[in-house]
Amino acid sequence: MVAGTVGRGVVVVSVAATTRGRFPWVPAYAVFEHYLVGLRRTWRAGVFSSFLLPVLTVLGFGLGVGAYIDQGVDGVRYLDWLVPGLIASTALQVTVGDSTWPVFSNFQWVKTYFAQSASPLRVGDILAGHLAFVLFRVLTTIAAFLLVTGLFGALPSPWAVATLPVVALLGLAVAAPTFAYTASVSSDSWLAMLFRFAVIPMTLFAGVFFPVESLPDALRWLAYVTPLWHAVDLCRAATLGVAPQWSIVGHLLYLAAWAVAGWLLALRAFRRKLVV
Amino acid sequence: MLTLVLPRLVDVSAVSRRSASVVERNVAALKSVYWLLLLSGFVEPLLYLLSIGVGVGALVGDLPLPDGRLVSYAEFVAPAMLASSAMTGALAETTFNFFGKMKYMKLYDGMIATPVRPFEIALGELGWAMLRGSAYSAAFLAVMVALHLTTVARALTALPAAVLVGFAFGALGMAVSTFMRSWQDFDLMGSAQFTLFLFSGTFVPAQAYPTLLHWLVEVTPLYRSVHLIRGVTLGVGGWAWLLDVLYLVAMMAVGLLVASRRMGRLLYP
Amino acid sequence: MKRFGDFVAVDGIDVEVRSGEAFGFLGPNGAGKSSTMRMVGCISPPSGGELRILGMDPVADGPAIRARLGVCPQLDNLDPELTVRENLTVYARYFGIARRAARERADELLDFVQLSERADSKVEPLSGGMKRRLTIARALVNDPEIVLLDEPTTGLDPQARHLVWERLFRLKQQGVTLVLTTHYMDEAEQLCDRLVVMDGGRIVAEGSPRALIERHSTREVVELRFAAESQEPFADKLDGLGERVEVLPDRVLLYVPDGDAAVAEVSALGLNPANVLVRRSGLEDVFLHLTGRTLVD
Repeated sequence: MVAGTVGRGVVVVSVAATTRGRFPWVPAYAVFEHYLVGLRRTWRAGVFSSFLLPVLTVLGFGLGVGAYIDQGVDGVRYLDWLVPGLIASTALQVTVGDSTWPVFSNFQWVKTYFAQSASPLRVGDILAGHLAFVLFRVLTTIAAFLLVTGLFGALPSPWAVATLPVVALLGLAVAAPTFAYTASVSSDSWLAMLFRFAVIPMTLFAGVFFPVESLPDALRWLAYVTPLWHAVDLCRAATLGVAPQWSIVGHLLYLAAWAVAGWLLALRAFRRKLVV
Repeated sequence: MLTLVLPRLVDVSAVSRRSASVVERNVAALKSVYWLLLLSGFVEPLLYLLSIGVGVGALVGDLPLPDGRLVSYAEFVAPAMLASSAMTGALAETTFNFFGKMKYMKLYDGMIATPVRPFEIALGELGWAMLRGSAYSAAFLAVMVALHLTTVARALTALPAAVLVGFAFGALGMAVSTFMRSWQDFDLMGSAQFTLFLFSGTFVPAQAYPTLLHWLVEVTPLYRSVHLIRGVTLGVGGWAWLLDVLYLVAMMAVGLLVASRRMGRLLYP
Repeated sequence: MKRFGDFVAVDGIDVEVRSGEAFGFLGPNGAGKSSTMRMVGCISPPSGGELRILGMDPVADGPAIRARLGVCPQLDNLDPELTVRENLTVYARYFGIARRAARERADELLDFVQLSERADSKVEPLSGGMKRRLTIARALVNDPEIVLLDEPTTGLDPQARHLVWERLFRLKQQGVTLVLTTHYMDEAEQLCDRLVVMDGGRIVAEGSPRALIERHSTREVVELRFAAESQEPFADKLDGLGERVEVLPDRVLLYVPDGDAAVAEVSALGLNPANVLVRRSGLEDVFLHLTGRTLVD
């Protein structure tokens, strides 16, 4: 195409080969970058809900209620026992929050996915880029949370940094199927249902606030099924510097299975919506 | 814990980022799943009661009351859950939904073309919020009776108290939402709500707080609500409840007054 | 061909768009225009038939083709959280364009669509026309060889429409191939070198606007309005006048080669219409003749 100066001196089309469209080198990264630019405008809104509130919970609940639990849990101070649970459950909240309304909006309201699919990006790139952003949000939130709880002295073991890869895996294990779910529902009330019937029960009964051993048998097995319990057990082992209740490999494989199955389901759900 | 308010916060912040399409959101919400969501609303405080009251309660054991009596942790926490859920429900209905209807759906612009006055609109909104909230409270109290956390007679007395709490927070919420500029402001409100939830003598007696925090907490509305309902369900005697009731009635009156004034100004500029 | 379940949206259309031309798909709602555009945009695989774009197969080479296309969808899907400029730079990255080049390109394009002053403002408060122009600018970010425009000016006010048309015309002058859908006949006449009229997923006519008018309509149309309850009795008397007589509830249309001569004949018949209008035949006449006057949805 030719460089041209037309009419009122407006350069219309440039010759520069640099602006010729081609397939990007790491296409999912271009998608990730898009969300990062968006985050520059909206991060403030998220700071309170995803970071400050968990810290307040540590203070109000961990310290407050902890003072009445004299014997601690399994010989550990209640605050120390609770913090790893809150690390995992905060990661869960951030993950599901970021994999529901924003994804739904990208299909239904703002239609970002459709804009992306008109570019050279493939469905897998669009999905992977957005998932990477959710992981980024989880990791930054938890890193900040670790910093603060560390200052409180609520992280007895230096192994606490191992919670970062754990919450990243939890993020994937939860975000991928949630993406699939969100892509398949027709109304955003279904997203609120997900919170009411999955996220909240999981948070309350999967070993975050009290040990699952005190649950009735049937409920305890239900808790074992949730990805959250596996992450809680791993995080707790990390911050307390003890061995987890299950084998580490078992936990990791179980979470990875969620992630892989979720990825396949999400890819299928996204294709169904974007390639018709 | 984290979750009672957090889901709503996540919800708000996510939607606020996409506020362009709020209208579509509300239209989409009018489907049958919305009603399912509405009906299942009372399950939430119940789950909290079981998790914190029973699950964490097993770790805490019994708590001493100021009058020297020992009560189980579930007995102690249950009335606070009731008060908090009455607050959360009333605020959700009167702030989030109210703001959406006022700002984006222009619902009220249509109404005021009729002889209805803003104050009546405000009352109507509050009435609807309370209908739903009262049903949740009644269900929760029934569960408390079933779990032997209170008696039938006390539960019957606690219901109007819970309704009053709902009305007071509903009125406050309406007044607050007339000051809201955008969905982002709801993040702040949600955070304030969550902070109240954590520090209103909900999980531990306020006497356990440091002195300064204790006195600060004494004047907050959720603390007064928890104090009122706990007094009723645990059968604490004395006249302290009168102060709580007066406080809540005053809050409701001021809230309604401010809301109707501000609405008038927003709708007839 | 495109099939959704039992419903055949596009049924055996056969077109070839040449490089550098402006090609239009016309048709009522549901004619299959958008489905065709989605297939050409390589986001909707054809259920049958053959489709080649830039010499490539859209199913196998989708990303490579899309890298050389610009797409302006029917509904704007800009990111309201980003600024006007960011919408362009972020999108440019999808095409593997380096950051610095993307920024220069964005500024160039904002100039082109007259949005430079709004570069740093958010997208949300922009007017419909501004959003449309920004969407068009976004479609040009990769210096595309073909630009697909799905109803580019639907819902815009007259000023905004003319600005969009002028910018599209300039693109055409630059040698960019334009493929657009529209149900505005004036838009098709303004922009298209060649067009097809679609109805029920099929092509009912094809050619340049002028050729179509010549083939499917007469040179001129006389519109007669009679001051009476029904126009029918008058129409009967006009039978045989011109090539075709069409009766509408409020007027009678005569399709004739020479309007003035026809008007003279009408008065010679002793008829006295309350209102007479002689005009040149347009695409609209062709369109209504081919796709019928009944409302589609």
